[in-house]
Amino acid sequence: MKKETWKELPTGTVNIHAGNSVSNLTGTWRSGRRPEFIEKNCIQCFFCWLFCPHFAILVKDGKVTGINYDYCTGCGLCAEECPTKEKSIVMVKEEIKLAEGRKK
Amino acid sequence: MKATKILNGNQTIAEAVRQIDPDVIAAYPITPSTAIVEIIASFRADGLITGEFVCPESEHSAMSVCIGAASAGGRVMTATCSQGLALMWEMLYIAAGLRLPIVAAIANRALSAPINIHGDHSDTMGARDSGWIQIYSEDSQEAYDNFIQAFRIGEHPDVLTPVMVGFDGFIISHSAEVVQVEDDAAVKRFIGDFKPPYPLLDTNRKFTVGPIDFTDYYFEHKRNQIEGIENSPRVIEEVGKEFGRTFGRTYGFFEEYRTDDAEIGIVVMSSAAGTGKDAVDELRAEGKKIGLLKPRVFRPFPYRQIAEALKKMKAVAVLDRSSSPGAFGAPLFTEVRSALYDYEKRPKLVNYVYGLGGRDIKVEHFKEVAGKLEKIATTGKVDEMLGYLNLRE
Ligand code: SF4
Ligand code: SF4
Repeated sequence: MKKETWKELPTGTVNIHAGNSVSNLTGTWRSGRRPEFIEKNCIQCFFCWLFCPHFAILVKDGKVTGINYDYCTGCGLCAEECPTKEKSIVMVKEEIKLAEGRKK
Repeated sequence: MKATKILNGNQTIAEAVRQIDPDVIAAYPITPSTAIVEIIASFRADGLITGEFVCPESEHSAMSVCIGAASAGGRVMTATCSQGLALMWEMLYIAAGLRLPIVAAIANRALSAPINIHGDHSDTMGARDSGWIQIYSEDSQEAYDNFIQAFRIGEHPDVLTPVMVGFDGFIISHSAEVVQVEDDAAVKRFIGDFKPPYPLLDTNRKFTVGPIDFTDYYFEHKRNQIEGIENSPRVIEEVGKEFGRTFGRTYGFFEEYRTDDAEIGIVVMSSAAGTGKDAVDELRAEGKKIGLLKPRVFRPFPYRQIAEALKKMKAVAVLDRSSSPGAFGAPLFTEVRSALYDYEKRPKLVNYVYGLGGRDIKVEHFKEVAGKLEKIATTGKVDEMLGYLNLRE
């Protein structure tokens, strides 16, 4: 998206592009680790979905199905909060690829 | 109905508030501006105003309430001074950054330490870079007139910038004077309606107010903010003239008193200008070519107009009721001196700090300054660029 000049901006610190955080691919912030979803352990408690600060837990037909790496920052909260004995989300090492996540 | 009343500065502000009846008034009482808040509260209790009156737990919260209410689209005001204004500090910048035309009445008072409740300009001068328009008043009449104009200036679509109106604590806030209070309906007509560009209560449009800016947008938003105050001189002038046409008292960026053929001049703001004019009259009677310039608008600083008014003089003293420790001079002085830099022919300039913590300034002190200016005008030499008036040395 083309960035506005100061003259093109609306008066005051107002953002008129509703929902534009979709274009902010926070997945590019990940550095070195990412969560991995292990479906067979999951009890569908939705803790991960509730705690994820970036709405990066994928849900389909009312079920947690995985992670959206375009927005997941790798903070690890989901893995920390996951209550199952055998964790349903674990943090794994990830090689940093600068272009990762920049699909859009 | 238009009426001549005997009121002090706080009462005149309260009268203007009653007439304007803003949507939200959020204020926390602090000496010497407490009476404004008390009178407004009684107006509300007596049903004389309909706006919401909020008394939160601190000035920081008061300004936060103002910001919220103004973002919602309301016409909003507060009153404070000194430590109260200092406690508002971070919120002042937010009000300006969001381009919310909040109006604040400030009964100028010294800042601690040492603790002191009397008048000087340390409070508002400290906020001079917060992005607010600053207007200073000589007496209760000017406080009333400036306060009314502040809404028109700040709310102008090209300006949309908060405005603070200063009047000296105790000297003006607590001294009874004859004040012309205009007709309620005429004041309401003069103010008109406020049309905010992005009121949060407009749920038909989707937008966010005040989200985070990273390195890619902060600079553009700040430049956009600066444009508001840069647009204000034209509006300040227009509103000052329209006020004159409507109520008979015209306002500009500053007042010139007997400067026409003046060879020496004194620049001084607010209540001390009244004393200064008396001194000028006495000195003129002795045949001295002296004039006085009283800045009314400090932000935006009318540098070109002030320089034009002073350039022909031989020596000028700028009197500051605040200090800027470690700086080249006190706030008003550095502005005036900078304004004259581009002129080939310009007066010698000196700076006197006076009246800190409410210390009196009398005709004799203005005469003392005039004496020094005369010497500078004849010799062309400045021995002491920065001095202090009525201070035990
Ligand atoms: S690591 Fe953090 S950002 Fe990524 S899915 Fe888990 S909680 Fe969300
Ligand atoms: S917190 Fe763990 S168990 Fe609960 S829904 Fe998420 S992944 Fe499944």
